[in-house]
Amino acid sequence: MAAVVLRSVTKQFGLSPVLRDIDLEVADGELVVLVGPSGCGKSTLLRVIAGLEELTHGSIEIAGRRVDGLPPQERSVAMMFQSYALYPHMTAYQNMAFGLSLARYDRAEIARRVHHAAERLQISALLDRKPAELSGGQRQRVALGRAIVRDPAVFLLDEPLSNLDAGLRARTRLELAKLHRELGATILYVTHDQLEAMTLGQRLVVLREGRVEQVGTPLEIYRLPRNVFVAGFIGSPAMNFLDASVVSADVREVLCKLEGGALVRAAVNGTPLHRDERVTVGVRPEHLHQTSDPEAPLHGNVTVAEVVGEACYAYLEIAGARDGFVVARLDADTPVRAGTALQLHAPPERVHVFDAAGDALERSGMRRS
Amino acid sequence: MTGRQLLRRMAFAAFLGAILVFALFPLYYAFTTSVTPSGELFRPEIFPERWTAEHYRGILAGAFLRNILNSALVSAAVVVLTLAFALGAAYALARIRFRGRAAVLFGILAISMFPQIAVLAGMFELVRSFGLFDSLGALIFSYLTLTLPFAAWVLATFMHAIPVELEEAAALDGASPLSVLLRIFVPLLQPALAATGLLVFIAAWNEFLFALTFTLSDESRTVPVAIALLSGSSAFELPWGSIMAAAVLVTAPIVALALLFQRHIVSGLLAGAIKQ
Repeated sequence: MAAVVLRSVTKQFGLSPVLRDIDLEVADGELVVLVGPSGCGKSTLLRVIAGLEELTHGSIEIAGRRVDGLPPQERSVAMMFQSYALYPHMTAYQNMAFGLSLARYDRAEIARRVHHAAERLQISALLDRKPAELSGGQRQRVALGRAIVRDPAVFLLDEPLSNLDAGLRARTRLELAKLHRELGATILYVTHDQLEAMTLGQRLVVLREGRVEQVGTPLEIYRLPRNVFVAGFIGSPAMNFLDASVVSADVREVLCKLEGGALVRAAVNGTPLHRDERVTVGVRPEHLHQTSDPEAPLHGNVTVAEVVGEACYAYLEIAGARDGFVVARLDADTPVRAGTALQLHAPPERVHVFDAAGDALERSGMRRS
Repeated sequence: MTGRQLLRRMAFAAFLGAILVFALFPLYYAFTTSVTPSGELFRPEIFPERWTAEHYRGILAGAFLRNILNSALVSAAVVVLTLAFALGAAYALARIRFRGRAAVLFGILAISMFPQIAVLAGMFELVRSFGLFDSLGALIFSYLTLTLPFAAWVLATFMHAIPVELEEAAALDGASPLSVLLRIFVPLLQPALAATGLLVFIAAWNEFLFALTFTLSDESRTVPVAIALLSGSSAFELPWGSIMAAAVLVTAPIVALALLFQRHIVSGLLAGAIKQ
């Protein structure tokens, strides 16, 4: 049974639509990450599920029960805010106990639950402190504890790690993953950080301008992005896009000619394409390899080489590239520097082709659901 | 410390001293007058040679205690009612989006700008038609029209500064609007409530025009009017000693309240500054 079912969820603020016809099913115990650029509606979607915003159209079911129209506290959801929204005048204990005491749990049960959650989050020693006396990471835990004690059907986490510094963020990310496993909780998680999205999410929902662009496991979305937007949004550094025209296309392979005249092969089903059609070729920086073949499809002079320790990112000026240059992730030991002439090759099964509308062509030999 | 700095400090201290004398000397003079025997009242002296409690005894023998009690009752009731109503109004004005909110806010501000004398006649009719004339109810009722707009406006401003997420978190925790107001907003607004409450109390405690117009008897008279109507043994004599004794007596509670709440206000403001 799915824990959360959204059907054609639509939300408008005035006349401007913020969520457009969103369908989504989240399985019980699943951690789904909503990801997208700012303004894509991911936080609004969370707030709509929480009941903080009313739906314009559509329906929401939680644990088999229709909840749109119910007030927030009757939806069996707990939400954690980006700002944590801890009550500043209450101690950590009171913050966690507030919802339970409003629901008229008896004192002993409240104490049991709060202490249990506090132990799990290792904040037992902090329960008497007020939020002002806690560090950012500790506040984050208290906020998480406030969500846990209520034992909700669904957790809604709105950018829970964005206020932590980098080191703490990585550690807390691991702890969240562990917590999710232990609790077996259903979690909807909003972030704009794709590292969080890729590592935490069992499935990702990529949103843009209030629409679902693609739903899938992190690897599916990384390997088989459905369109130019998803391809460019997931992956860091972003995928390289090059303008090209079709030379030949069949069910197994498309041969494209880049603006500079070089030919690129892509192992995609080219049957919808016809000769000379304008397409966009996409290659991830990590799939470009240095080669000594002078006929290599991509060649140019390195303008900047960034060595980041484990790798070296080489920026090449190449005609037809969407940003004016192509990034390649090379071995850190590769002797490249500004001015080096470089030949790059991309294996056809790693090359993506997008039609004029921006939709990806199917990878040949694979059927996509 | 260089000589220049020392000079600057001394100049500043002198400046502060001047302000202090300007503010406190009248109070001091009222006090010394109140303890000076009647016969020596018109010999101005910084420090009275002989002390007496005769003015205090005289004042307390009359209806003045009753007047103080009236003032206290009226002021306390006005504070409680004002804060209760203003809190509700502020919640609506700061948090609920409704048509004409800006107009209501502006209207409140406009109403609080009317001079008292302009509403006096109308208010008198209103008080009489409610059968409140010459009762404490008349004063409580009329003072609310003075204090509520101000209090609602101030509290709405403070409430506006409380993050919306707190309210949303409370809603998810299952809090009704009333418990959001009482359990989240009221504790957070404590400094604002203390400051507003104190100002309302002082306004009600000092109010003269309505009190003079809407009360008639000693039983319902409040302190400012009672002091103004203190009369001596003849129409040509002003009982300065008694007036000053009364003034000292009614200043004391205000000073006490201000000191008490000032600590509250300051601690509240500091706590607010340290939190995120």
